[in-house]
Order: sequence, then C-alpha cells, then structure tokens
Amino acid sequence: MDYKRKERIFEWASIIALVFVLIFLFSIALKLFIDGLHRIFDLSFYTSYPSRFPEKAGILSALVGTLYVMAGAIFWSIILGVPAGIYLEEFGGKGKVARIIEANITNLSAVPSIIYGLLALGIFVYRFKFGESILTAGLTLGLLMLPVIVVATRESLRRIPRAIREGAYALGATNYELVFHHLLPYSIGGILTGVIIAVSRAIGETAPLLTIGALTFIAFLPPPPWEDLIGMLKSPFTVLPIQIFNWVSRPQEAFHKNAAAGGFVLLVVCLLLNSLSYYIRYKVRKKYQW
Amino acid sequence: MKIEHKKRIDFLFKAFLLTTGLISILVTVGIVWVLVEDAIRFFAHPESGGFPKSVIRFLTEVHWTPTFETKKIGIWPLLAGTFLIAFIAMAISIPLGLLIAVYLSEFAPHSVRESVKPWLDFLEAVPTVVYGYFALLAVTPILQKIFGYFGVTVEGMNALSPGIVLGIMILPFTASMVEDALRGVPQYLREASYSLGASKLRTAFSVVVPSARSGIIAAYLLGTSRAVGETMVVAIAAGMYPNLTLNPLEPVQTITGYIVQVALGDLPYLSFEYLSIFAAGFALFLITLFFNVLAVYFKSKVERY
Amino acid sequence: MEGNLKLKVENLDFYYGSFHALKKINMPIYEKKVTAVIGPSGCGKSTLLRCFNRMHDLYPGTRYEGAIYLYPDGINIVGKGIDPLYIRMRIGMVFQKPNPFPKSIFENVAYGLRIKGINNSKVLAERVEKALKDAALWEEVKDRLNENAYSLSGGQQQRLCIARAIAVEPEVLLFDEPTSALDPISTARIEDLIVELKDKVTIVIVTHNMQQAARISDYTAFMYLGELIEFGPTEKIFTNPDKKLTEDYITGRFG
Repeated sequence: MDYKRKERIFEWASIIALVFVLIFLFSIALKLFIDGLHRIFDLSFYTSYPSRFPEKAGILSALVGTLYVMAGAIFWSIILGVPAGIYLEEFGGKGKVARIIEANITNLSAVPSIIYGLLALGIFVYRFKFGESILTAGLTLGLLMLPVIVVATRESLRRIPRAIREGAYALGATNYELVFHHLLPYSIGGILTGVIIAVSRAIGETAPLLTIGALTFIAFLPPPPWEDLIGMLKSPFTVLPIQIFNWVSRPQEAFHKNAAAGGFVLLVVCLLLNSLSYYIRYKVRKKYQW
Repeated sequence: MKIEHKKRIDFLFKAFLLTTGLISILVTVGIVWVLVEDAIRFFAHPESGGFPKSVIRFLTEVHWTPTFETKKIGIWPLLAGTFLIAFIAMAISIPLGLLIAVYLSEFAPHSVRESVKPWLDFLEAVPTVVYGYFALLAVTPILQKIFGYFGVTVEGMNALSPGIVLGIMILPFTASMVEDALRGVPQYLREASYSLGASKLRTAFSVVVPSARSGIIAAYLLGTSRAVGETMVVAIAAGMYPNLTLNPLEPVQTITGYIVQVALGDLPYLSFEYLSIFAAGFALFLITLFFNVLAVYFKSKVERY
Repeated sequence: MEGNLKLKVENLDFYYGSFHALKKINMPIYEKKVTAVIGPSGCGKSTLLRCFNRMHDLYPGTRYEGAIYLYPDGINIVGKGIDPLYIRMRIGMVFQKPNPFPKSIFENVAYGLRIKGINNSKVLAERVEKALKDAALWEEVKDRLNENAYSLSGGQQQRLCIARAIAVEPEVLLFDEPTSALDPISTARIEDLIVELKDKVTIVIVTHNMQQAARISDYTAFMYLGELIEFGPTEKIFTNPDKKLTEDYITGRFG
C-alpha cells in the first residue's frame, strides 16, 4: 500500500474520531434539551423552590446558592491565587521555597475534587466549626480553583517582556509599584480569562459539596449579603449541580426531566463563560502585542 | 526620607505574596492531616477490630460493608470497581487521544485546529453531573439495546457506561497534553526525517511520537489519575453496590462512589461510617498521588532540545 | 578640557555567580560630558553601565566589589548600605530597545514623577511638556498625548523613553546602545539629542558603533574581556591611542 493511501486512511480515521467526540458533545446538549424541554421554557422552573411534586419543583434556591457560593470561591481563589502566582513568577526565583510551592501547586491541581470535599468536611466543617454553610462551600471551591488561577497568573505575567520591568525599576520603582502600576494592569486580561475558565469548571462541581451536606431541601433563600453578610455566609445552601444530582438519583422519571432542564441551564452557563474567556483572550492579544 | 517608608511597604508586600504561596502548602498539609488522622482513627476503631488486625482485614477481606450490621472492611471490591472503570475509560481515551492529538499537531490545517480547539475546551467544561445524567439515561439504554440484541442483559447500573463516558470526558484533557508534548518536538527532527524521504505519517509515528514519549506517558498517567478520582459520573451511573467483579456489565462501586453514598446519609462526626470515608479517601489519595508523582517523573525526563 | 568629577569608578569587580565579568575597573566620569564605552560584544561594557544604577540587583547571584563614587556627595553607589531605589532616582537609563510602557504618551513621561510622589496635575503637565521638548518630541506628539505610546514609531518611542528618563531630572543618564534597534535617520536624531542634553546632564553611553562614539563623546573608554584597556579624551583614543589593543580595535583589525 503506498504511503499516500495510508495517510488518507489516517486522516479519515482522525477526522471520524474528532467528529465522533463532537457528536458526543452535541448529543449531550440535545438529550438534555429534549428531555428537559417543557421545564426549560417554563418560567416557574426558575422561580420555584424544590418540591415533592416534580412539576412544581424549581431551581430558585439552587441558582441563588450557586451565585453566593461562586462569589465566595472567586474571592478566595483570587485573593490567594494571584499573589501566589506573582510570587512564583516574579520574586521566587529558583529558590527552594519557590520550588516547593510550585511542586505543591502542581500536585494540588491533580488531587481529585472529592478529596477537597473530605478536607472541607474534616477541617472546615468540624475542626474550624464553619458548619455546612455557604462559607465552607465557597472556601472549598476557591481552593479547588486555586491552581488554575496561579497558573493563569504566571502565564500572563510571563508574556510581559523583561524590558518593561527594567524600565520601571530604572526609574526607581519599588516592587509593589511595578506590580500595581504595570504587571497587574498588563496581565489582568489573562488573569481574568483564567478566573473565568476556573469558574466554568467549579460551577459544575458537585462532589466536593456533597460531602459538606449540600443535599438538603432548601425551601428558602439565604439572607442577601447586603443585609446580613454573616447570616448569608453561615446559611445552609444548595447549588445547581447538587440539585441536578438529587433529581437524577430519584426513580421517578418526572424528576429526570427537571434534572435535564437544570443540566441544560448549567451547560448554557458554562458555554457562555467559555465563550467569554475566548473573547477576552482575543481582545487582550490584540491590545498588547509586545 | 520617603524611601524608607516605601521600603517598608515593599517588604510587607513581598511578605504577603510569600504568605499566599505558603497557604497553598497549608492546603496540602490540611488534606494529609484529615486523611491520615481519621484513617488512623478508622483502623483503631473497635468496629474494625483495632490495629493491626484492622489493616489485615482491610487487605484480606473480600467485602466492603462498613455501613452494614456485620461490618466487612476489605478494600478490594472498591478497588476493583475503581480500576475497572478507569481501565475502560483509558481504553477509550488513549487511542482516541493519540489519534486526535497527532492529527491536530501534525496534519490538520491551521483553520481546522482553530475551530476544533474551542469545542474540545468546552467538552472539558461540561459539568460532570451532566455527563452522569447522559451515562445513566442515554448511554446505558443504548448499551442495553445493543447487548440485548445479542441476548446479553446489561444492568441499569453498570461499569461499562460510565467507563465509556469517562473516557470521552477526559479525552480533551489527555489529547491537549499529548499535543503539547508533540509540539515540543523540534522542527529539525521532522525535517531530518523528511529529508531522508520519509512520509508525513511515517515521520509522525516513527520520529515525532517516540521523541515525545515521556510527555505522552505523563499525559496518560494524569488522565488515569483523573479517571480514578472522578466522582459524579460513577456515583450516578455505576451503582452503589461494592462488587468484587471484573464484569463491566454488572453494577460496581468505586472509592469515590462509596464516599458519595455515605456522605448522602446522616453522618455523625467520628462515627464508624464517617471514619470509613476518610480511610477510603486516604486510599484514593495515595493511588492518585502515585500516578501524579509518576507523571511528574516522566515529565522531568522530557528531552530538552 | 577636564571638568568636575561626577562619578569615579575605583577597583570595581563584578561577578555573575562565579563568572568574573568586570576586573578592577578604574575610570572617571566627568560632569556634563558624554563618556562613551566601546569594545567588542561580550567585553563587559553593558555590564559596567548597569553597575551605575544597580540594575544587576534585579537578578540573583550578582556581586559587586570595589566602589563607584557619586559626586557631589561622594556616596558609594555599589556600597552595602546604599539603596538601589535612591540611586535609580538620581541616575536614569535608556535601554537598547525602546521600552515604553503600554500606557499613554503622557503617562509614560509622568511615570517617574508620579513614583517620586508628584501628583499635582499642573506640575505634571509642565514637567511632561518640558521633558518632551528637551527630548525633541513635543512638536510631534503635543496633539496626541493621550494616545498609546505604542502608536509611535521606533525612533519616536526611543525619544519618548529619553523624555521619560529626563523628566525626573537625573544627574546622570545612562544609554545602553540606544540606537542599535533604530534606522539611520532616527539614529541621527538621537545622536543630536544626546549632544544637546549634555548641557544639562552627565551622560554615559555604551555603543558597539565606533563612529557613533567618535561623533558624540568627549571621553572614550575601551574595554576588552572585562578589563578597561584605555580611557582618555575621545580624540586621543581615536587618533593616537597608547595601547596596541586599542589601536587594533579602532582600526578594525578585530571586533
């Protein structure tokens, strides 16, 4: 068999594999859409609490819970991840401490998410007594997002040429001036892209929140943070993926419809977040062409 | 002068950066701390027979029933379920991943790459609970139909369906890491091969892939680690029954599935059930750590051209 | 033609890790004169320049020995107790490749003033205008001060970087091969500018271009393999050097 034929066969096999994978993705979306059709376009689905009656059940408390938990997760992952990334990329050098932190973060990124759930249960819930609360959930997902934020921060700092740093230092800038006047403003787009990617993954995370008791019937909303921040943080909660899991685990098919509709909503949110990250990345690339 | 003032701020600033880096180490310390402490409590618990008898039971018994009246604590059924599903997932992910990565890196025109990559990224962002739904309510019924045609019954909960779905779920992750490894192979090696009259396909598989093998192996090790640690797909579609079997058509339970099952119930602090998920979690942590460390080792062997 | 001493390099040794990059350098830098440092690539001329504003402190494993005295106060620039920030506010630098910040033209020039604590907008506007005029850039950019600095041409960017450096009114200005990335016309403008600037500021310029050194400098130092071979008035170095090595280099026998 001549090599041209072989190459053609290989290319076709690859394309079929790719198409298969993409069809898989679209059939997931299609399956959710068809199964959940009549709930997706049912406004009461978005404004109702969970219920024993599948057709009355909705995702209001799950949506609000997701919002609060993700706000916490974003807060913690940025406040811990961005400075750690700056340290490793700019000031850690080849020192021993920096290398240990680096290896540690690499390893953390490969720890299964359910292990974070056990960390949350053992440390935050029982040893720190934060309870099965929005605070615990936000912190847990924040730690889960941490490695992504660190890596994104480092990569976007790396794109800034050394000449910029030298230019600032040569004028007598301190390290914090360099970071706040230059490095952060020029890398913020890349960091933001990383945050959005991390959010789009964490928003669908179910396992680490199952262990901290998120699977409860939440037929109320936590107090809004602008009225009672502490009360909100200490409130029990549910989130969208947990609600979906609850519904899919039930034997009644009617609940499966709700799970499909919820899954579709989640999928659309993830798709929007992913597109947003692509858009920002494109904008940033255009703005800073070093 | 004002410089002294600035210097002080600068010192505090750098100390803050270092502190946040050190907190990431505290996370690891916290993980190891809870897992080790509660796993020790598990093995010292009277229900498990106390140390060292408990460890022997852990390694020799063939049933895992810490939540039952008669408590058996043999880890093997959970390990069997975990590795059976991980094996199925990798059996799909390794060949498909290599095919797609080689195609995208060596053959595909730029435009195809650019338009396919975002969708592969998106595949990675699909929530796992959604994959679970799809495994249980789409893939399993299809499998039941196909196997039923040949007169073989597939149970509603089985290892095959979540295994297949997991394989496709981790595919973008492994494929993109393999692609990075292939991309790290310098152009001059390809040119050397072409100059000897080798075809593109031959160059790809006898020069590029072998040159990148350390990186490719690392990618698959990390993929396996993911498959072992993945939770929701298996919790939804594999079943809740610890079953010492290698039959992919029967329900099985993985380590992660067990943790979910127990966490769903009422879980008094430091009860035997509570401790059992930490013992199982510790085993899971060690397994994934093993794969991760091995992956780091292979990555360190990647040739620097 | 000798003037007042502005800098005095005394027995300066410099190490990158274990590599001995500068060996026992001794030379004076005279006030409000242009001193050029020439030599083949890798001779240590840029390394020497970067000692003057302690740029080496940014990278680990570097070490200075000896002294560089900065007059009139006579402090040792590379001394242990001296803060590089303090030095860099008194000694400015212009780099090989133009490196404006991706900010507006105005903010680029104002930046050094801002970190010195000058935030009064009227003062800033005056000082930015003066610096841009001194850098012969004002006429070209006065209508678009809020545009991004990257919209300027390479030569304009380099003059912007000069404006940025002189806005803080440094005592010494260091140029590290400032025209090596520029076209001949831009190069000529920068050279004219350097000659004009020496009325206000002491200038040290590193260049690989001997003609450039001959055109614009009052003193020339020739370096080779980390050592200062010869220092003297530019005319003498180029017409009647004391050392054979200098002559060989000047006449193009190596380099």
